[in-house]
Formats: sequence, C-alpha cells, structure tokens
Amino acid sequence: MATETSLQKRETPLAQTEPVRSGPIYIPAVDIVEKDDSLLLFADMPGVRAEDLDIKYERGTLTLYGKVEPRQDAQKTTYWLKEYGVGDFCRTFEVGEGIDAAKITAEFKDGVLTVHLPKAQELMPRKITVKTG
Amino acid sequence: MWPMTWMNRTMTNPFDELRRQMERLLDEFNLSTWRFPLPAAGYPALNVWDAGDTVCVEAEIPGVSKDDLEVYAVGNELTIKGRRAALEGDNITYHRQERGTGTFTRVLTLPAEVDPDRVEAVLKDGVLTVRLPKAEAAKPRKIALKTS
Repeated sequence: MATETSLQKRETPLAQTEPVRSGPIYIPAVDIVEKDDSLLLFADMPGVRAEDLDIKYERGTLTLYGKVEPRQDAQKTTYWLKEYGVGDFCRTFEVGEGIDAAKITAEFKDGVLTVHLPKAQELMPRKITVKTG
Repeated sequence: MWPMTWMNRTMTNPFDELRRQMERLLDEFNLSTWRFPLPAAGYPALNVWDAGDTVCVEAEIPGVSKDDLEVYAVGNELTIKGRRAALEGDNITYHRQERGTGTFTRVLTLPAEVDPDRVEAVLKDGVLTVRLPKAEAAKPRKIALKTS
C-alpha cells in the first residue's frame, strides 16, 4: 500500500538551526507509527517538563526540543555509577506533504512526547465500492 | 541493533541514496548522544551518587507509569522492576521503532548499607529518583581517641 506520506530524519544535524545552549544535546529515541488516518510519533524525553518542550513545524520540518536542567551539580557530585548524561533533547524530522500541518497536536506524559500528525484528507484510505453490472 | 525501517519514495539517484544511508548509519552509531540502553549496562541505565547521609539512585524510565513500577530495597540491594506496554491496535505500521517495550528488572548492590524503612522513591516526567538514607552503621563517624 503505497502512500506518499513519509517522515524521515533530516540529513543535516539540527544544531545549525536551533539555538544551542551550552552542554550536551541528546537525540531522543522515537517510534513512528502509521495508522489509517494519521502518523503518530513517540519520543522518549525523560526529565523534560511539559512547559520546557518546544515543538515547531516550519516549512515541512518538525522540530522537537526539550530543555532539561541539570538535576545535580555534576562537578560537585561524587558518582558511584554514571551510565547516562543529562542534557537537552533535540531531533528533527522532515514531514511529507501528506500531513495536515494545521492539525498537528502533541501531548506529554511520563516523559514521553506523543505527536499526532493527521493525514491530509485526500490521502485517507477510502473504500471503493465495486459495482456489479 | 534496533529494528528500523523508513519509507523512501523520492529516490532519484541510487548512489546518492546509498551515501546518505551510510552517513545516517554512521551518525546513528555515535552512541554517545543516543539515548538507547547500552546492552552492557542493563536497563534502565542508572546514575548513583553519594549525598552525604543518603545514597541517591536515578533512572530514566520514560513511558512507565507509577502503577507499572516496583521498587524494593532489601539490605544493601535495590531492585527496580517495571514494564512498558507496547502500542496496541489494528492497522498500525511501524516506520521506526527505537523505543523498547516489555518488562525489565535491574538489581543494584548499593555501596553502603541503607535503612530500608526510610527509602523514598519519586517518579516524575519519566525520571525515577530513589533516596536511600544510609544505615547508622554505614555513616561516617568520628573515632574518639583514647590516651593511655
């Protein structure tokens, strides 16, 4: 079933267009799921507060940015185990033309960002009635 | 590796596409910025630090609700158990699947004896923070010197 809807990671790192704060920026792991009427994007952004999320859609590019404040003073803390770093999350996607940009919505719960990208009306699957003659 | 697929319907030059895919692959191997659980470390990844009288353990477990998480402290062992549900529904196609689902258990031997009755665990925005006050015996104490 071919549709023209595509959602791809941008080839160039986004750091060029995002205002970059000092400190590391992490790429969140995402799932992208296609349903009949929409694409759903799930991004793991633990430690981001809902008010610190910045989701932008501009000229076919969807940018997810989540600001994360350090939770400890890394310089002064004695770590026994340090398996991950803490910093902002950022990732960009090119959204195909089949998406109805005006109807993109997002929600955030338990550190997971969910972006709903409804398909444009003309790309919706529709059942063709077969006439018998 | 993580199962990954992506649709590409605008391929013009196959060599361009190959080069781009190679670049992307190399890009994605740069694990330092990727938030995937590294196999060696187990899941969830942990940060553990000493806050004087308390041992602090922090884990990033996005998408795990309070009801799907269990935290136990026994002796000097901390156990974090949980589960992240997979997306359910008919007629769904994954274009990208980088986020793991299922159950996980991680057992950590703490660097000090803790007082299990006073352990506090907080889950907020996908970050679990467990504060484990050290047992009296494990706290640093000054030894009085006797003179003979």
